[in-house]
Amino acid sequence: MPATLQPITRIIGKAVPVPGANMDTDRIIPARFLKCVTFDELTGKMFYDERFNSDGTSKGHPIDAPQHTGASIIIGGENFGCGSSREHAPQAIKRSGVRAVVAESFAEIFFGNSSGIGLPCVCVSPADLTSINAKLTTQPETEWTLDLRTMQLTDGAIAYALHMPAEPREAFLTGRWDTVTELMNATARVEELARSLPAPAYTPLNHAR
Amino acid sequence: MGKTLFQKVWEAHTVGLLPDGRTQLFIATHFVHEVTSPQAFAMLRESGLPVLHPERTFATVDHIIPTDDQREPFADERAQKMISALRRNCRESGIRFFDLPSGQQGIVHMIGPELGISQPGMTIVCGDSHTATHGALGAIAMGIGSTQVRDVLATQTLALSPLKVRQVRVEGLLRPGVSAKDVALHIINLLGAQGGLGYAYEFAGSAIERMDMDGRLTLCNLAIEGAARCGYVNPDETTFAYLKGRPYAPQGADWDAAVARWRSFASDADATYDDIVRINAADIEPTVTWGISPDMSVGISAPLPELTQAKNDEQRRAWQTAYDYMKFAPGESMQGKKVDVVFIGSCTNGRIQDFRTVAPLLRGRHVAAGVRALAVPGSQMTAKLCEEEGIASIFRSAGFEWRLPGCSMCLAMNPDKLTGDQLCASTSNRNFKGRQGSPAGRTLLMSPLMAAAAAITGCVSNPHQVFPNTQL
Repeated sequence: MPATLQPITRIIGKAVPVPGANMDTDRIIPARFLKCVTFDELTGKMFYDERFNSDGTSKGHPIDAPQHTGASIIIGGENFGCGSSREHAPQAIKRSGVRAVVAESFAEIFFGNSSGIGLPCVCVSPADLTSINAKLTTQPETEWTLDLRTMQLTDGAIAYALHMPAEPREAFLTGRWDTVTELMNATARVEELARSLPAPAYTPLNHAR
Repeated sequence: MGKTLFQKVWEAHTVGLLPDGRTQLFIATHFVHEVTSPQAFAMLRESGLPVLHPERTFATVDHIIPTDDQREPFADERAQKMISALRRNCRESGIRFFDLPSGQQGIVHMIGPELGISQPGMTIVCGDSHTATHGALGAIAMGIGSTQVRDVLATQTLALSPLKVRQVRVEGLLRPGVSAKDVALHIINLLGAQGGLGYAYEFAGSAIERMDMDGRLTLCNLAIEGAARCGYVNPDETTFAYLKGRPYAPQGADWDAAVARWRSFASDADATYDDIVRINAADIEPTVTWGISPDMSVGISAPLPELTQAKNDEQRRAWQTAYDYMKFAPGESMQGKKVDVVFIGSCTNGRIQDFRTVAPLLRGRHVAAGVRALAVPGSQMTAKLCEEEGIASIFRSAGFEWRLPGCSMCLAMNPDKLTGDQLCASTSNRNFKGRQGSPAGRTLLMSPLMAAAAAITGCVSNPHQVFPNTQL
């Protein structure tokens, strides 16, 4: 059985900007890094081609700037995580030390994948996003507190309102974000549906088609 | 009050509500492939959990498969390791695997419909965003991640929240030479790459009703590129005719009962929608993307947009980034842009009708000098039909590389990759930076027809000018 989970309520740390609308999962983790049967090799590979030239030299991305080193929170744009459903994207982010992503909006599949591995994705308004990014430019080493109980992101001076659908928020706060345990409870009803709902069945007679 | 197909299928598959408020949804059909499933099987093993309903999961190998030489061991050791892991996982769990020698291997979103596994009224998931494709059969079909693949394998259910439903009505006659691909790119341009967040798209209207199943599959495939997690078309006579006689479809007395049941899932005439968008089919031109997001597209005769036309600063910055990356400038025409590579294939446009449409136009013509043209049928069944119908030989004679089935240059997880900043006329689904395997590679999304025109002329062209005397 999966290990007992801890609630996720508060994340404290530095933040790093990854700006731009439609930050797709190919950019978060290029396809060549998917050629593996585990997620183990993804550590440190997030946004690889955004950060490095083909000869391995740095492009000077904020992630690699000394003032953002060890950031716990990514600040993204609109439709963050769009494109491929690859869970390698949130896995690469989480395994690189990031513990939450704040953005204007998230692609559905990315949001679900992140929730399932305990990486909260929370939304802020476009105006607040501009303000947060401005602060990151002038004071990149600011320590932020992201609180899922109060739904606020604060730098100690200003508190920005955070948004997240009620269900995943509840799952984080109660330590139920890894769903498989919850899903194993309704066995009788699942088996009833398995019996009543048709499954695709191979029909040898038609195979000659 | 009437219900939409989405609501009906959702209700029929609801197990119950979870403590956090999400729905526990029964999954009728599950597909797995080699990239996103090994982690899920590993998680199962770690937890000591078996696959609960192996008869409802179907496997294929598509992303990493070479398309020139598929003899094993593959030259790429990592690719070999992935197919071997899938083989072992399927064998140990009793899951049917459409392996290379089966004659039924192919891109997962090709074989589900082709084999008749994907059926109306089902919930269908796969660890792959283009699972939206299967919605063309009248199903709720969506992409999931590997942890959710584990959930389905272990419990045959998922924790999900329902989507809103937006009906996208395309009314009237499509112009000649305008395909489902153009319709999809037009819709994504109109509503934005993020426009479908929180929605399922119901594609409806007379233009969709007239569309054949392969066209509907292309359209639903691209729903995710407009941020709609799933897209669907209500099941109708076209759907039933498509499914009849396919290996995994019901037959005999079961067939009539199935059709009656399938019909009942179609949205009611008095269903209410969260949003309705109306599009005039005649407004849609052959469409091509020019940027790095699928919503950055223009009709073939239109100039590239000026930065002043952007709706806000964010879009202006995104367009500037795209222009810099693509090495294009506002006001330019896409027509005449010299291409290096042409790729016809993928789960978007690697179907039999795509090749049937293009083949007659290639007869007696040849790929332009300096252009590398790849044709990659999406499945072994499609490849076989193309050989039988003489389509493959037409492509070969025209100078195309006629390759073996797989995802190929859509995402370049196999050896088929762009190099440097090559410009590729591609029938695939994503023009993201680096998508086709070179970090500086440039992708132009278009229909098979426009890709064929590009192959012949060596540059982006209006298919009507390249194939003037043909009834497109």
